[in-house]
Amino acid sequence: MRIVVLLKPVPVVGTEKLADGWMVDRSSGLEANGNDEYVLEAALKIVEAHGGEVVTLTMGPAPCTEAIRKALAMGATRAVHVVDSALAGSDALATGLVLAAALGRMEYDLAMAGADTSDGQGGIVGAAVAVHLGLPYLSYAAAIEPDPGAGTVRVRRISPTGYDVMEARMPALVAGTQLLGEPRYPSLRGIMQARSREIASWSLADLGLGPAEVGSAAARTVVDGAVHPPERAGATVVREAPDAAVERIVDFLSARRLI
Amino acid sequence: MAGAIWAIGEMLDGEPTRLTRELATLAAGLSADAQRPGATVLVGAGAAEAAPSLADHGPDVIAVDMDPAGRPAAAVVAEYVAALVREREPAFLLIGASDDGRDVAGSLQAMLGWGALVSAAGVRWTDAGPQAEMSVFGGRLTTTSHLAADHGIVVVRPSAVVAQAGPRPGSVERVEIASAFRLADVRVVDRIVGTTGPVAIEEAMVIVAGGRGVGGPEGFVVVEELASELEGAVGATRAVVDAGWIGYGHQIGQTGKSVRPQLYVAAGISGAIQHKVGMQTSGTIVAINRDPDAPIAEFADLMVVGDLFEILPRLSAALRSRRAR
Repeated sequence: MRIVVLLKPVPVVGTEKLADGWMVDRSSGLEANGNDEYVLEAALKIVEAHGGEVVTLTMGPAPCTEAIRKALAMGATRAVHVVDSALAGSDALATGLVLAAALGRMEYDLAMAGADTSDGQGGIVGAAVAVHLGLPYLSYAAAIEPDPGAGTVRVRRISPTGYDVMEARMPALVAGTQLLGEPRYPSLRGIMQARSREIASWSLADLGLGPAEVGSAAARTVVDGAVHPPERAGATVVREAPDAAVERIVDFLSARRLI
Repeated sequence: MAGAIWAIGEMLDGEPTRLTRELATLAAGLSADAQRPGATVLVGAGAAEAAPSLADHGPDVIAVDMDPAGRPAAAVVAEYVAALVREREPAFLLIGASDDGRDVAGSLQAMLGWGALVSAAGVRWTDAGPQAEMSVFGGRLTTTSHLAADHGIVVVRPSAVVAQAGPRPGSVERVEIASAFRLADVRVVDRIVGTTGPVAIEEAMVIVAGGRGVGGPEGFVVVEELASELEGAVGATRAVVDAGWIGYGHQIGQTGKSVRPQLYVAAGISGAIQHKVGMQTSGTIVAINRDPDAPIAEFADLMVVGDLFEILPRLSAALRSRRAR
């Protein structure tokens, strides 16, 4: 099994800030997006069961390297990093095109991505990449079971009422969730091995894309402004004994017309 | 005439979802402001039967009644909407930020080459087209954005508007159209229905959520009781989902759902950043915690210092007797 995991380094949740041009500041302090780590863990388990290798694919600026190195320490054997100054400001459309162009130059049975990212919140890029490449798309995976002999993959997809079991031929693109299981910590041995593992750096030219097709130059969405929502006034603290406390809660909810 | 504004609907058990009705209402408002035609597109088995109630919200309904024949709903919807877009050339598509809606939006983005505004908490019409308000960085910042072209996709979160009837109902047009696109084949080979029924925490007006302080799966009984009294949904933190006390569908926060109910009751929840980012834009936040210094005190409106097992049952009883009066 050859698996490519799409890995997006994002600002640590709670520390995000804006840089110039309304872009998310990615100059430092990046870590792998939460859902991407669950997906990486699932990919590593599949390879442990069936053999093969996990390669990560990242699009982003130079400070992504630390998060990529951690993925290598967890067990990915090599990494591809699409890095180009023209990529800054890419919207979802451009991101899908770039990732599809990069995947188009790689060999894999499964491409895997997190269902969404903590900074972008869109959750639409995976489906777009699958369409660009003509890949079957299986999303919101709670479990992923490839059958390399039959050349198929089965996914348990979260549904509003339970699960749908989906099946498709490989290669396919799977978007996964937290239900895939807790990611492992890198071992000391893994950290040592990661130092010598290859991070291939690809430019836009390597992908056959021009700078006008991506980044701020091609963005189909325009940010008009950003404001801080008004701060809460600070909590009213209730320390009374239970019966009196409940009376105060009821009064509070009633005053706000919530009951 | 300038291109239309379409809401792309979604069905659950043969009925349009609440989010779909909100999108129809939003399309009605935007098309009135923009003086453009509006419509709601409904694709799937039973679409024709479900269409009249959806038309009550105002926009005409374009119903493509077809059997997905074991394929995922999102793939089928994307294919038919793409074909309809080619034929009728609407300008803007409003798509719900549900799981299926996001899949539809991503597929359509690639098929049509259109820009997309994602995770809109509100949409209004401006000279530059639809402008979306988006809560980013876990609610610490609100951005507004528009589309650079005169066409595009807006992915809209639940509760951006309140679904309501239009001044007069729209018409229903049943369309037979061949889907011009064929996405790579995926089969739904089995559907497993859970015992709990749908968990609609993103659409709930009231959420009562439990964290570690609930102590175990049986502790959720008092949380569920209060949620039921408030006609709300049950939420949870990642810690208790990881512990297996309650299902992932209830999880609120970084790798779970983001919610914005009018009332959020946090029981035994410390308020870690990973949870906070999923709920801090809620209308009113009431926290019940034994620790007065828990981080949630910093962003709650009412901080009740006490044992949730003493407070919650009494609060449920008080609400019951209040209603009986």
